[in-house]
Amino acid sequence: MSTTTRRLAGESGKRQSGKRAVGETTTPDANAPAQHQPTAKSRQSQRWLAWIFLAPTILGMGLFTLIPIVASVVLAFFHWDIISAPTFVGFDNFSEVVQDPTVRVSFLNTILFVVVAVALQLGLALALAIMVQEKMPAWLRVFFRSAFFFPLILSAASVSIFMRYLFNEQFGVVNWFLSLVGIPAVPWLTTPGGSAAVVIFVYVWQNFGFSFLLFIGGLASIPVETYEAASIDGATGWRKHLYVTLPLLSPTTLVASVMAIISALQVFDQPYVLTRGGPGDSTRTAVMVIFESAFQRLEFGQASAIGVLLTLIIMAITAAQFRLSKRFVFYQ
Amino acid sequence: MTTTTDHGLAGHSPRLSEGLPETSPNRRRFSWNFAIRIVLLLIAAALTLGPVLWTLSTSLRSPSESFKLPPSFFPWNPDFTSYGEVFQQLNIFLLVLNSALVTGLIAVGQMVSAAMAGYAFAHLKFRGRGALFSIVLATMMVPVQVTIVPVFMLIRGMGLSDTLLALILPAIPTAFGTFLMRQYFMGLPAELAEAASIDGASPWRTFRSVYAPLAMPGMAIVGILAFNFHWNEFFRPLILTISEQNFTLPLGLVSLQGNLGTGSISVVLAGVVLSMIPALVVFMFGQRALQDGLTAGTGK
Repeated sequence: MSTTTRRLAGESGKRQSGKRAVGETTTPDANAPAQHQPTAKSRQSQRWLAWIFLAPTILGMGLFTLIPIVASVVLAFFHWDIISAPTFVGFDNFSEVVQDPTVRVSFLNTILFVVVAVALQLGLALALAIMVQEKMPAWLRVFFRSAFFFPLILSAASVSIFMRYLFNEQFGVVNWFLSLVGIPAVPWLTTPGGSAAVVIFVYVWQNFGFSFLLFIGGLASIPVETYEAASIDGATGWRKHLYVTLPLLSPTTLVASVMAIISALQVFDQPYVLTRGGPGDSTRTAVMVIFESAFQRLEFGQASAIGVLLTLIIMAITAAQFRLSKRFVFYQ
Repeated sequence: MTTTTDHGLAGHSPRLSEGLPETSPNRRRFSWNFAIRIVLLLIAAALTLGPVLWTLSTSLRSPSESFKLPPSFFPWNPDFTSYGEVFQQLNIFLLVLNSALVTGLIAVGQMVSAAMAGYAFAHLKFRGRGALFSIVLATMMVPVQVTIVPVFMLIRGMGLSDTLLALILPAIPTAFGTFLMRQYFMGLPAELAEAASIDGASPWRTFRSVYAPLAMPGMAIVGILAFNFHWNEFFRPLILTISEQNFTLPLGLVSLQGNLGTGSISVVLAGVVLSMIPALVVFMFGQRALQDGLTAGTGK
């Protein structure tokens, strides 16, 4: 999961540092009130310091994020292979990209991947979070939380490397376990269905811990009294979770699903290392096509056009989710 | 809070007075639920940790035995041949050095620049503060894959292609780190600045001697997050480095697996285990900070 995508939920506690209204009288110094009014000189030196402090971040972002965003959009309307000068081609890149069968398949793969992987990731994370938060010895809870969090600290590339061995058809551990219960060897990485399943598994294996953490936080914020009230009303077991936990957890679910979807739309490391997009185009994803058209076929304009399309999809989905949330998310 | 008080009758007088056959005094049923829950959680934990244990244990088998079945999940009699071998196949020292240099400089750069920018947004007054902060936040939504082509061009134009600086420089400005540090500074009382200015401290002095020392824990979170992300990063190094002497660890390991095919699993896995060590250290000492940082800004 890329870091940039995790962070969309934006600002939480917008606390005002605020001016101090009370407590001034406690200052014993008679001159103090006069000094409290920031002098013109001090205001100016604050401004200077602010711009000096902001300079590295603002200049860096301008250079490496804002200019590239604009350049990416502009480049999408040009044909450019680095060697010859760029030529303006209007919407040609977009129409070529939309008609290109590989690009189409990749976007379709990506959408299917997002639907399945995110559903699994959220379902698993929610179920495990509910189970971990119920009564159990503290050390056991710490163990489970650490275990589920652990894959997050590994690199997706390393994980994909060892998973490739685990899913090997002849000597892989997964097929060995299956053979114990009499299931013949599954050609995991050499068939389209098998590869897709493995990519989804590896991705969910590594990322469910992040949604799990979010759900743990959300569950902790549900007041105990609500459960007590529900159990007095006769709700027990799963009913309690259906009628109390799920509605009260919906703000967390919204954030967790937006983050999971955005991150899954950008999946690259796992399919690149596990399958290189194959067999055929069966596990090729949107970002893999960006990578290939830019850095293998030197079609920088087309790569930018695909990138712009992907960004538009991400923005549309995010907007749709927040709109839907108005109806389904329950804020206390 | 503990299980014993739950089964004690003392706390349940209102329920008992209703005379209903409540579930809580029913000890047997409760423990069944508990057992099923623990078993399910243990299965999930085994699926999560099993592949990692297998990786560690297989890296400690001899190369010729490493692909033999049944698999091994615990290194009963460790064999370190593969670790010697991976140093021959791969210039591990250089890879670790590159990764450490890139990751370390990005982490330090992010900590310093985010602390400064975060402080400016939290405690300094200047025109356009709100608008500028919104722009910074908005850049968090743009995926790196979309800007990578122009960044690649820019790096070429700056004459930095295929250098470690190509990986370091673009990663230093951090919107999320800035956001995190701003929140952190806002959590510190504004009275400190007033007190400092009464004492005649300049704005710089106020930052340097009063706020910066207090902000160390927040900077640590920024640093740990940056370390964890960039140590594991694969996409940017794959594009921005070309020659093997500039590879970082994940890139080197993937190319090693490509070169060896399925020849000797244990050698590749030995490399994978080596690359996990720093992450493991972070996990043991900075798990709390990492969790707080990852989920910061998602709460209510």
